[in-house]
Amino acid sequence: MATFKEFRNKVKPNWCPGCGDFSVQASIQRAAANVGLEPEDLAVISGIGCSGRISGYINSYGFHGIHGRVLPIAQGVKMANKDLKVIASGGDGDGFAIGMGHTVHAIRRNLDITYIVMDNQIYGLTKGQTSPRSEMGFKTKSTPEGSIESAVNVMEMALSAGATFVAQSFSSDLKELTSLIEQGINHKGFSLINVFSPCVTYNKVNTYDWFKENLVSLDDIDGYDSSDRKKAMATLMEHNSLVKGLIYQNNSQQSYQDLVHGYAEHALKDSDLKIDEEKFNNLVSEFM
Amino acid sequence: MVEQLSWKVGGQQGEGIESTGEIFAITLNRLGYYLYGYRHFSSRIKGGHTNNKIRVSTKKVRSIADDLDILVAFDQETIDVNAHELHSKGIVLADAKFNPKLPEGVDVTLYAVPFTEIATELGTSLMKNMVAVGASSAIMNLECEVFRDVVEEIFSRKGEQVVAKNMEAIVKGAEYVRKQDEGSLHQMELAKADGKKRMFMIGNDAIALGFLAGGCRFMAAYPITPASEIMEYMIKKLPEFGGTVIQTEDEIAAATMSIGANYAGVRTITASAGPGLSLMMESIGLAGITETPLVVVDTQRGGPSTGLPTKQEQSDLMAMIYGTHGEIPKVVMAPSTVQEAFNDAVEALNLAEEYQVPVILLSDLQLSLGKQTVEPLDYDKIDVRRGKLQEDPQLPELEKGEYFKRYQVTDDGVSPRILPGTKNGIFHVTGVEHDETGKPSELASNRKAQMDKRLRKLKKLPEVFPTPVHKDAKHEEADILFVGFNSTRGAIEEAKGRLEEEGYKVNHAQIRLVHPFPASEVKALVDHAKKVIVVENNATAQLANIIKMNVGSQEKMDSLLQYDGTPFLPGQIHQRSKELL
Repeated sequence: MATFKEFRNKVKPNWCPGCGDFSVQASIQRAAANVGLEPEDLAVISGIGCSGRISGYINSYGFHGIHGRVLPIAQGVKMANKDLKVIASGGDGDGFAIGMGHTVHAIRRNLDITYIVMDNQIYGLTKGQTSPRSEMGFKTKSTPEGSIESAVNVMEMALSAGATFVAQSFSSDLKELTSLIEQGINHKGFSLINVFSPCVTYNKVNTYDWFKENLVSLDDIDGYDSSDRKKAMATLMEHNSLVKGLIYQNNSQQSYQDLVHGYAEHALKDSDLKIDEEKFNNLVSEFM
Repeated sequence: MVEQLSWKVGGQQGEGIESTGEIFAITLNRLGYYLYGYRHFSSRIKGGHTNNKIRVSTKKVRSIADDLDILVAFDQETIDVNAHELHSKGIVLADAKFNPKLPEGVDVTLYAVPFTEIATELGTSLMKNMVAVGASSAIMNLECEVFRDVVEEIFSRKGEQVVAKNMEAIVKGAEYVRKQDEGSLHQMELAKADGKKRMFMIGNDAIALGFLAGGCRFMAAYPITPASEIMEYMIKKLPEFGGTVIQTEDEIAAATMSIGANYAGVRTITASAGPGLSLMMESIGLAGITETPLVVVDTQRGGPSTGLPTKQEQSDLMAMIYGTHGEIPKVVMAPSTVQEAFNDAVEALNLAEEYQVPVILLSDLQLSLGKQTVEPLDYDKIDVRRGKLQEDPQLPELEKGEYFKRYQVTDDGVSPRILPGTKNGIFHVTGVEHDETGKPSELASNRKAQMDKRLRKLKKLPEVFPTPVHKDAKHEEADILFVGFNSTRGAIEEAKGRLEEEGYKVNHAQIRLVHPFPASEVKALVDHAKKVIVVENNATAQLANIIKMNVGSQEKMDSLLQYDGTPFLPGQIHQRSKELL
């Protein structure tokens, strides 16, 4: 059995010292080991941005794609090889701006992949512009007078879109984050884990201290039941989605691949590519 | 007695024009006639004039005819719009219900046949198209019984009585016309066909069948005219082979999902038209730099933007060759017949894996949607070649933290490929410039080595590609060399035949491998022609420019361009070529 160390490679991340993404990387490595994966069983697909580099920092198969398209690539990988565990990951700009269309549809499609968003409420790699997660009034290079657009509430959006697994965490809480990623990997369907992962260079508002002060742990809410969608929505609304923990999980819905008509029992990549002559002649005769 | 004729049925969209044409055409195909169809339709579900023109012949035909013999009209608009196509002995069969009139100056025979009335008497006006089929059969002197098989196939689900009623509608339609005969009937009696069984299909069917036969087991696509039939066929058939189709949220998802699935080892395709291809361009670049196989069909239609979504055009050529920012190796194939479309679909899957590149299978609306008789497809020619892919290899253990050299620099530029999931084979994939293991690298020397490696891959393709140019070039020194791509082939062939009858020496080259361009092969033909006429359905002479760029000889090159949404007719090429000489 592989230990988390075996999910490390020799590449030194190009993230700033103190970046929240380091903890996300470590949590993925620990979670992968904890659920019993070998490095070759895992494919980490990532988007573009500082956080998108994560697939290159984990000793597993990795695909660093194009901006906003991490989810379609990840879904394609999973469709081709259902034996692989597929983690999709990227930033809030990647998933909730340029890639938002894919996010909503990946949620409703419910393929068995885990999507980890490193949410820092800002564009870091392009040096400090507003993100769809920036709060109203947030001042950045692109919003010098303060943002006049409201932040997208992704947790509520995910619930509305029919998500079967919605969680949120904070990169300082390695233990909880690792546990949520494990649960996400084990969930039979699409799991969305939004991780507050502070940008220490460009976001001077949503800092580690700010999150520590403002985040409410669902563990501290008496009687919180993550299988109750209505309660989940009410709790998100009550706390402006500044909560951490497993928000919602629906274990009864089948994943996309369980529902595909005629889908091969084996991984699709192992299909026989030839069709026999009789079958071919039958196909041809349909046009006669 | 005639060896060939053209028949057209027209009316309002949604009125059963399609099914009338289908019953008529499938039956004639089964009798052994060669058919070639052309659909005129609009981008709406119901209403608007639509027509289906079908050429019937005892010999091979690959083009629409210049004129028309029989026009079946379900409304006056059909006559007004189409009667001018009829030659002087042409016949209009129109529903008596709308009191049909011929436009001024059109001198043809008009039979007002009570399509609707006969059908209503038999039970439902829906059967008016069967009455029309019967009326048409009388003109060609076909027995009504020949339609029985097809009628049974379509209606047997609804019971024997429905079959009987529909057959009766055909008989009544034929009887009515025979009674009206003014001596014109025997003029269009169709000579007997050879009775051989052949396929009758659209290019999109052949492309889809080719993908299936070539091992495609997954497709990701977004609906669009005129590509959707490929997706629809795959949705119907892939489950029989364990595969499936995902209808994605857009064409960007379709392309990137295909890239993900190809990376993970399944032969995956996507198909679209111009607007979708425009959205896919960034993804095609990703496939290029990550050396991931990708097969994309572009069924060209009228552009730009939404353009003429249901009309013929060949204006995506430059975009397909050069599209995507940066520089990547890419294959663009342009089959010119339905048979070639089938073979090229198989081959596109092979080339994508052998060279680890994106392959664009270029079609156009007329090839994709024009239904035609197809000679048997050769099962034995279907092969699956996956190049340097190692399936389930036993790899030596990697040193800790080291990666497999997925992008190893090789002489032919193609690197060993393994699939995710392989033990001891971990490598990284990125759209960022990378080193041999896939790790990002901005080193100048590495950049040059990787660029050169990628661009080296296709250098020899024009030499090893089986038929990069379809040639019909008997003349050592030709007066004219026609050059075209995709569906213009049939019209060029007919025009060539007529010019040769007039004494001209004409050669013909239909480019099948558009990129990388088979320059030496085309140059040999250009060098031995007094004049080169490039025939294409666009306004800016895109193929001609590609030839000038690769071959030169612009002084002898001329273009026949058509960008009004209609395919070339043989007569147009024939006449306009002579004006250029």
